[in-house]
Amino acid sequence: MHAGIIFFLVILGSILFHIFTPWYWTDIASNWKGMDDTITLTFWVGGGVFVAVCLFMIYCVFKYSYKEDRKAEYKPEDKKLEKILTVATTLGVAALLAPGLIIWNQYVNVPKNSIEIDVMAWQWGWQYRLPGNDGKLGTTKVVNINDDNPFGINLDDPYGRDDVMVQSDIINLENNRPVKILLRSVDVLHNWYVPQFRAKMDAVPGVVTYYWFEPNKVGEYEVLCAEYCGVGHYAMRGGVEVQDPNSYQEWLGEQETFSDLLAKQNKEIETKKVAKNNSNIEKVIYKEEK
Amino acid sequence: MSDEYENKSGYQAQSSEALTGSAGSTPDMDYVRPAELPEQDLYHGHTFLTKWVFCQDAKVIGVQYFLTAVFTGIVGLILSWLMRLQLGFPGLAGFITAEHYYQFVTMHGMIMVVYFLTALFLGGFGNYLIPLMVGARDMVFPYVNMLSFWMFFVAVAILMASFFVPGGPTGAGWTLYPPQTILEGTPGSGMGILLMLVSLALFVIGFTMGGLNYMITVLQARTRGMTLMRMPLTVWGIFTATVLAMLAFPALLVSAIMMTLDKVIGTSFFMPTILKAGEVLEYGGGSPILFQHLFWFFGHPEVYIVALPAFGIVSDLISVHARKNIFGYRMMVWAIVGIGALSFFVWAHHMYVSGMNPWFGFFFATTTLIIAVPTAMKVYNWILTLWRGNIRINTVMLWCLGFIVTFVNGGITGIFLGNVSVDVPLSDTYFVVAHFHMVMGIAPVMVIMGAVYHWFPLITGRLLNETLGKWHFWATFLGAYSIYFPMHYLGFIGVPRRYYEMYDSPYMTSAVGMNEFISLAAFLVGAAQFILIFNIIKTLKTGKPAPKNPWKANSLEWHTSTQPPEHGNFGERLPVVHRWPYDFSVPGAKDDFIPQTTPPSEVVHTKVEKT
Repeated sequence: MHAGIIFFLVILGSILFHIFTPWYWTDIASNWKGMDDTITLTFWVGGGVFVAVCLFMIYCVFKYSYKEDRKAEYKPEDKKLEKILTVATTLGVAALLAPGLIIWNQYVNVPKNSIEIDVMAWQWGWQYRLPGNDGKLGTTKVVNINDDNPFGINLDDPYGRDDVMVQSDIINLENNRPVKILLRSVDVLHNWYVPQFRAKMDAVPGVVTYYWFEPNKVGEYEVLCAEYCGVGHYAMRGGVEVQDPNSYQEWLGEQETFSDLLAKQNKEIETKKVAKNNSNIEKVIYKEEK
Repeated sequence: MSDEYENKSGYQAQSSEALTGSAGSTPDMDYVRPAELPEQDLYHGHTFLTKWVFCQDAKVIGVQYFLTAVFTGIVGLILSWLMRLQLGFPGLAGFITAEHYYQFVTMHGMIMVVYFLTALFLGGFGNYLIPLMVGARDMVFPYVNMLSFWMFFVAVAILMASFFVPGGPTGAGWTLYPPQTILEGTPGSGMGILLMLVSLALFVIGFTMGGLNYMITVLQARTRGMTLMRMPLTVWGIFTATVLAMLAFPALLVSAIMMTLDKVIGTSFFMPTILKAGEVLEYGGGSPILFQHLFWFFGHPEVYIVALPAFGIVSDLISVHARKNIFGYRMMVWAIVGIGALSFFVWAHHMYVSGMNPWFGFFFATTTLIIAVPTAMKVYNWILTLWRGNIRINTVMLWCLGFIVTFVNGGITGIFLGNVSVDVPLSDTYFVVAHFHMVMGIAPVMVIMGAVYHWFPLITGRLLNETLGKWHFWATFLGAYSIYFPMHYLGFIGVPRRYYEMYDSPYMTSAVGMNEFISLAAFLVGAAQFILIFNIIKTLKTGKPAPKNPWKANSLEWHTSTQPPEHGNFGERLPVVHRWPYDFSVPGAKDDFIPQTTPPSEVVHTKVEKT
């Protein structure tokens, strides 16, 4: 078989695969449709160039395959052709770059009305923190983290007291409300990624990174860690539940705040102290009896 | 006045550039400026050890580099089989734990990029071809060149030793991102990572010794008449890649040193405050992103360190086997140099979602897409070289055609990933894996294979079997394409890379069949490489002897005193160069090729353009 035929079948197969593929985007559930559109545009332009270049190559292979009596053309340069190709390529590339940059501009500018969520990552799990009634998250420090203060909130920060703590790997979001994901990690790199939302960003220990999106489809989604974080990386899953505003408010009301937790702990400490005192007293009595 | 004028014209007549065919065949028209430096003395080894082991002949060193790199490549290939076994058929091979899987991923990546591709293109082809193609007797510093190989050899030995230390080799991913790289929780975070860092440092040191040779040989040791703009594009590609490597590898070296310090004596270059298992570690204040900047400042030029030699070699192969001059030679040279320069301004496109300041995205997306323009020009020029050529559809040409298809495919997906906001949904997914394997795995390997079939007769004096070669090509090309083309679509689904096991994520279950298919194709492609090994063994034993210059090429390596060339390459006298290496099918010429050594007086009646 002529080599050109096989190459042609490869290109034809690629096009057919692209048209009939059952594997394609998971249905989008956020505002980042522009990313999908830019991908589609890039497919048309880039895919067109790929097909055109390959077909031209195949044409040459058919038309100019070796014959003893043929003589190849001798033409070292063609300045005009080279100029046309350079300009056309530059224009094509610019046409792809422009929408990409416009969407990136949206990506780095977070809407003012978005709710901030502190996503805390570690090897290997997630937990979440929402601002309380004051609408602000309290500041944190890694060294503050312990059983009594699972998020490491600075105790002297008044904004932290009413923060809502979700010590679960599943977080609920309100439908059609922009979310600013604030990422932090206490150990290594992680990345909070939901394929349906399209967006992602690494969580880097030592700094707080962010990105935003607006969920627009009620449902449950799986969270995947998208930055390699050691041997448990593949198992570092979580969940998101996007709810309508009413159910979301109901869920929010059931969550514990930091001051709830502190109060509970104080109570526990009190009971412990009492118990300790009692036992001390008993010891003293026991000693005295001896 | 008239005397002076006479003198001038006499001087001009001595330069072949100033003459056209009509000026007559005076002996002056063949004049080439005399050499400025005396010829170098060569050390001729006489014992087995100095001739074949600690050899100072660049050709032997090239073969040593080649064979060592191929050995690492086979190790990398076997690791990829094990990975695909786990991904296609999870749990089938019970011995592949998550730890092992990540070690395979890491070692496969590092071996293939650094120890296989870089060493093979620069150490292998660079050593063999540079002196031959520029008309030198050897590299300018043969002794340092010998040290370079042995340093590489020790680096490979240390890398391989890491498979056998307690804890095994590092499983940190080939990018070695801290902090996880040196923390428990990553396989091989003890001895494994230390050996990796030491091996990399030795590789860089060894490579610097070799690289100085490649650069200075090209700049200083070219034969008479071999101007820079008469060099084969192979030399241009390897030369530019070496300059990139000289500038990029130091970044890798310092990051390896800094990470070693973090690991061994507890500095905090890359280590912030870390809470591990409820305890705060004794680190603080370091920046993990700093490492990523250093790594990719090396890592992106590294892509072009592999790609530029491939660009150069494939240009020469296409031109020779299409019997046509490379189209737009000067454009090709400036594209190589331009791509090389631009490659230092695009590194952070690997880091769009790394948590660096997101405003960098605008800059790096723009520079990245600018680099697409010279790259596209090269592609156009390759296919325009085929156009109106007289194309031999032999094994070498098939590899070149395979390269064009895979490279354009991988280049186009690069435009997706370089375009910052498109990268957001695709980064860290299988789309990336498919992209870089297509563009810097398969495409360069296509060129390597083409180069092996092309230069095998030069190196051994025998022609490889064409039938076996074609089977080898089609199995490799069709197999590799069916691995990586569908893999892009896994990325669209959203499947993240570096997952040992997908479980039953709803959008993943649909891809089980595809994963099995990809794995089967990967087994096939790997196995197909043994056709080449069989072909080589068979040819060395019973292959037919190659005639001199079997492909009717113009460049100097085919015009040596003996074939294969002996130590010193060119016998008594160094060749004198009168033209570029692409005078194929010149109208009026007797043959369809005019070697670079042919003086103008012999081809007076042809319409050859001055070069």
